[in-house]
Amino acid sequence: MATYTLMRSSLGILHGLKCSFKSVGQIPYAGVLTQSKVLQNARCYSVSHLSVQERIEKKRKAALTGGGQLRIAAQHKRGKLTARERLELLLDPDSFVEYDMFVEHRCSDFGMEADHNKYPGDSVVTGQGRINGRLVYVFSQDFTVFGGSLSGAHAQKVCKIMDQAMMVGAPVIGLNDSGGARIQEGVESLAGYADIFLRNVMASGVVPQISLIMGPCAGGAVYSPALTDFTFMVKDTSYLFITGPDVVKSVTNEDVTQEELGGAKTHTTVSGVAHRAFENDIDALLNLRDFFNFLPLSNKDPAPVTECHDPRDRLVPGLDTIVPLESTKAYDMLDIVHGIVDEREFFEIMPNYAKNIVVGFARMNGRTVGIVGNQPKVASGCLDINSSVKGARFVRFCDAFNIPIITFVDVPGFLPGTAQEYGGIIRHGAKLLYAFAEATVPKITVITRKAYGGAYDVMSSKHLRGDVNYAWPSAEVAVMGAKGAVQIIFRGKENQAEAEAEYVEKFANPFPAAVRGFVDDIIQPSTTRKRICRDLEVLASKKQTNPWKKHANIPL
Amino acid sequence: MAAYRNTPGFQRVLHAVKHVCFSKQRCGVIICRYSTVYDPNEKTFDKILIANRGEIACRVIKTCKKMGIKTVAVHSDVDSSAVHVKVADEAVCVGPAPTSKSYLNMDAIMNAIKQTGAQAVHPGYGFLSENKEFAKRLAAEGVTFIGPDTHAIQAMGDKIESKLIAKAAKVNTIPGFDGVVKDAEEAVKIAGEIGYPVMIKASAGGGGKGMRIAWNDEETREGFRFSSQEALSSFGDDRLLIEKFIDNPRHIEIQVLADKHGDALWLNERECSIQRRNQKVVEEAPSTFLDPDTRRAMGEQAVSLANAVKYSSAGTVEFLVDSKKNFYFLEMNTRLQVEHPITECITGLDLVQQMIRIAKGYKLQHKQSDIPINGWAVESRVYAEDPYKSFGLPSIGRLSQYQEPLDLPNVRVDSGIQEGSDISIYYDPMISKLVTYGKTREEALKKMEDALDNYVIRGVTHNIPLLREIIVHPRFVSGDISTKFLPEVYPDGFKGHMLTAGERRELLATAAALYVAAQLRSQKFLGDLRVSVVPAESRQWELCVELDKGVHMLGVSRSGNNYTVEIDGEKVEVSGEWNLASALLPITINGKHRTLQCLLRTAAGEISLQYLGTSFKLRVLSNLAASLSKHMPEKVPEDTSSILRSPMPGSVVAVSVKPGDNVAEGQEICVIEAMKMQNSMTAAKTAKVKSVHCKAGDTVGEGDLLVELE
Repeated sequence: MATYTLMRSSLGILHGLKCSFKSVGQIPYAGVLTQSKVLQNARCYSVSHLSVQERIEKKRKAALTGGGQLRIAAQHKRGKLTARERLELLLDPDSFVEYDMFVEHRCSDFGMEADHNKYPGDSVVTGQGRINGRLVYVFSQDFTVFGGSLSGAHAQKVCKIMDQAMMVGAPVIGLNDSGGARIQEGVESLAGYADIFLRNVMASGVVPQISLIMGPCAGGAVYSPALTDFTFMVKDTSYLFITGPDVVKSVTNEDVTQEELGGAKTHTTVSGVAHRAFENDIDALLNLRDFFNFLPLSNKDPAPVTECHDPRDRLVPGLDTIVPLESTKAYDMLDIVHGIVDEREFFEIMPNYAKNIVVGFARMNGRTVGIVGNQPKVASGCLDINSSVKGARFVRFCDAFNIPIITFVDVPGFLPGTAQEYGGIIRHGAKLLYAFAEATVPKITVITRKAYGGAYDVMSSKHLRGDVNYAWPSAEVAVMGAKGAVQIIFRGKENQAEAEAEYVEKFANPFPAAVRGFVDDIIQPSTTRKRICRDLEVLASKKQTNPWKKHANIPL
Repeated sequence: MAAYRNTPGFQRVLHAVKHVCFSKQRCGVIICRYSTVYDPNEKTFDKILIANRGEIACRVIKTCKKMGIKTVAVHSDVDSSAVHVKVADEAVCVGPAPTSKSYLNMDAIMNAIKQTGAQAVHPGYGFLSENKEFAKRLAAEGVTFIGPDTHAIQAMGDKIESKLIAKAAKVNTIPGFDGVVKDAEEAVKIAGEIGYPVMIKASAGGGGKGMRIAWNDEETREGFRFSSQEALSSFGDDRLLIEKFIDNPRHIEIQVLADKHGDALWLNERECSIQRRNQKVVEEAPSTFLDPDTRRAMGEQAVSLANAVKYSSAGTVEFLVDSKKNFYFLEMNTRLQVEHPITECITGLDLVQQMIRIAKGYKLQHKQSDIPINGWAVESRVYAEDPYKSFGLPSIGRLSQYQEPLDLPNVRVDSGIQEGSDISIYYDPMISKLVTYGKTREEALKKMEDALDNYVIRGVTHNIPLLREIIVHPRFVSGDISTKFLPEVYPDGFKGHMLTAGERRELLATAAALYVAAQLRSQKFLGDLRVSVVPAESRQWELCVELDKGVHMLGVSRSGNNYTVEIDGEKVEVSGEWNLASALLPITINGKHRTLQCLLRTAAGEISLQYLGTSFKLRVLSNLAASLSKHMPEKVPEDTSSILRSPMPGSVVAVSVKPGDNVAEGQEICVIEAMKMQNSMTAAKTAKVKSVHCKAGDTVGEGDLLVELE
């Protein structure tokens, strides 16, 4: 919260929200709305000559049309679906059970109390449903009603399903499409945000929470997605920012477009705020269904196991030649991942951010696993600030939700330089170390090539309670590469080449680690899938607990 | 850093791991039965070095193993884990990746011979196979060259000299200029004398490299320039010659086999008319075109040419045959040809074994009357190239999945790669030679269809779509072919298979059934009690399938693994195993067995299927999603007329423009060399050059931006 209250006082939160909201929505929702024929039809009557049954039906009908046909058409024109259309696509047919269809906002200022300004259900659709038969709680903000702005009632509806999701142990998916706070409601709206934030925090690590940004999400509102486990965006039609381009211009004098400031590209490549972006609403929702299948329903449920057609003992001959003989030559870690996992299916998280580390979900013999791998193709696969943070957050998610972690190591070390040191690589690198160390889920590690220095320790090493640690024949577990080491050990010695050869013979191979039991076995790369599948079956009953604590204190 | 790997420590590890994979190693399993007997008492050599790489090195090693001969592979450093290295008994690294520094590096290869004590060298094809210097050096060291004598290589290797010898041996030759052309202007003058069209080709060349056809003076000048550059980079010799270009000919060649005792045989012909840019694509033996008399006449002329140069070993005499069955000598290749397997299939001879025997000095085992034509064999050259760009521009990449159709009977695959291999810019982009054999041509072609459908290649673009179309084309099936076949049949370039209405329905139905099978599986959670069970068996699916901008509404119902798909009132029955992990999708459509391949299946309903060789992109959506699709914003694709991207990976040889230049449509902008071929990139419109993003010497990847126009 502190972050956005630090804005210039003259602007204030409300102003900030308003500005950002104005810049994204073309229809003027703020203030008193003008009457229109369509709105009249869509509105509900508090006239008493109708029977209760008739009134129920009228309200239901009104709720289903949201802000009315005109606004639905406008929503479609922007390339966006309505809140209800989105839920229909996301959930199994006929599985949606709606809550709070009759809830209305309680604002009585600025003419909001008028009948024509009341919409049954207000600006959000909430409820529960099924994705491939599995329970999920959902809320879908309705941009056609007051621009999806958050009223007290809106927040209350969201909180209700979150509370229940936590109680029964089922994930929460939020489809965000909101201009911001309901300015007419003032502090009530702010309270609503905070109520949701609190629940996001309480639910964190209890049930998976996913945000799909499908329109604007600005101001304080952004902190709800930021608190959830995964944030996905729709390209070209969604934005996330604290303050819109107008405010940015007035405060910092920067000229920036909405897309540059907070579009899908920015957040998936530069800021690392969003985990993935999709082409359009339909693409995003169908992918979300697919993604959902990887997740357990709650921290009390095991990682799901689906029917698998890929043989668990399949050999992957291509892996025997994938690591180039020259240790300076790059290869694509994704080739290894695709070769090993079921059906080459890998749902990568943050594929375009901190690309020197690869993280994502896959299955091994049908069971969900989290994959972490250094990517030699990008910056030699070194660990830097961004990749450490990206890896750490992913590892912690897996650990919180009983998802085994498979780590592929080819890391030359931490990235040196002032940019990294000033940026706090020590603090941020510690996060990944911390995450791997505290994780109690099954941890399997495969050293494909380099495992140098402190980065070796960090990457789910035996010393951090790795359950099964393998080395490929090409593995080199050492404090550093030969050149650097020789310059230190044999400083001043004449025959550097000979010294280097000696070092290579001693350390640039898997034996030093293997003789000490720091790796459990040196394996033929083509058998890696077979070995991991077998290990996962063994480790399925793994039980390990950390000492009691109120909560741990990860270096933030 | 490569030094790391040569340390004993690493070798130890590698060795420990090696024996596991070696036992499983396959190297182009030969299914075709040889009638040849491998006589263990006929002593040849103890150890042979194969001065080549890829499939041909594997092919030679295969026969050596049968003959009980130890083998030595040579390799460049990027090939150190290549298949030919693994299957050989010993391997020696002869230099870095560029061929001039490794496979053409005679000093290094001579050293490898000394180091390993090899008694003979098999050169394969290409590289040093027709290099007289190499043969001389071997002779000087007392090492046997498995091929003809230096004299024959020299005589036949030079196109000018070979033509003179052929003429003298009473072999029919093409009218042309018997000499080296000095410059472009002389080329124009000579071309005028012979009469257009003319062919300009490298004197030292072969394999279509350094070869250009010209129809007028302008093209002659341009052709001269390109050919001499290519000739220089490919053969280190830029001498060119010019001859009359015979329009609409067939390319038919005669395999000869001669010993060192003056005996020679002709092993029938190979029809190699299906070519693109003078490189062969599909070959067959025998030819549908030759009658026994023509065959004999060609065979006898071939043998008389072999005798004229005292030829020994296997060799090939290439002829152009016009529509009246007049044939003209083209050139003689003094080596084992790429397409030798089809001759082996119909004659039962193992040509490599024969070459080794002959090199040792044994007499031929057969008489001309012993040489049969048994059945029919067809060979498809499977290349890593994009057939949609001028019938094949090279592509590179890693074979992420690779599975040869060796489960099928009468299929032979000669390859030197395996899953995980890299197709690099350094070497020929051939993946394999796929050979099928049958009692009749029809049978061999049917087998080829199956083999192509069951061939799994992922990670590189390949030419199976083109091969699959050629072998079923009515003109090809009827035998009505010439070297112009491809440009005549596909005047606007190859566009993939054109679906008939029935095929379209089959494809749509398969995609729909696959979609439903995948949807149903995604609801199967094992041992999870919290999943609500939806009775799927009885369900009906209303789907919308997009294919090539056409949208179809489909009704799907299911009973077990059988799906009934209703498309525009017609019912299609599809059944199969629906194994979603397998690359192959064997199914039965309306009672017919078909093998499709699923290339892609995404959560958003995109499905790519390889059907009848061609890959088709489909999108399957529920009716609901499809009806909402109309609201989705259209994404504007980039305007490609003003940007020039590299169509393939390669290196930039020359850039002819700079920013600010005005270029005309069709004007050359830059030249990209890939796989030893120079390709001229031209402007798609008349415009001013906005920016140039490459310079001579750069290495570029496919799709890299080269030049932007305004």
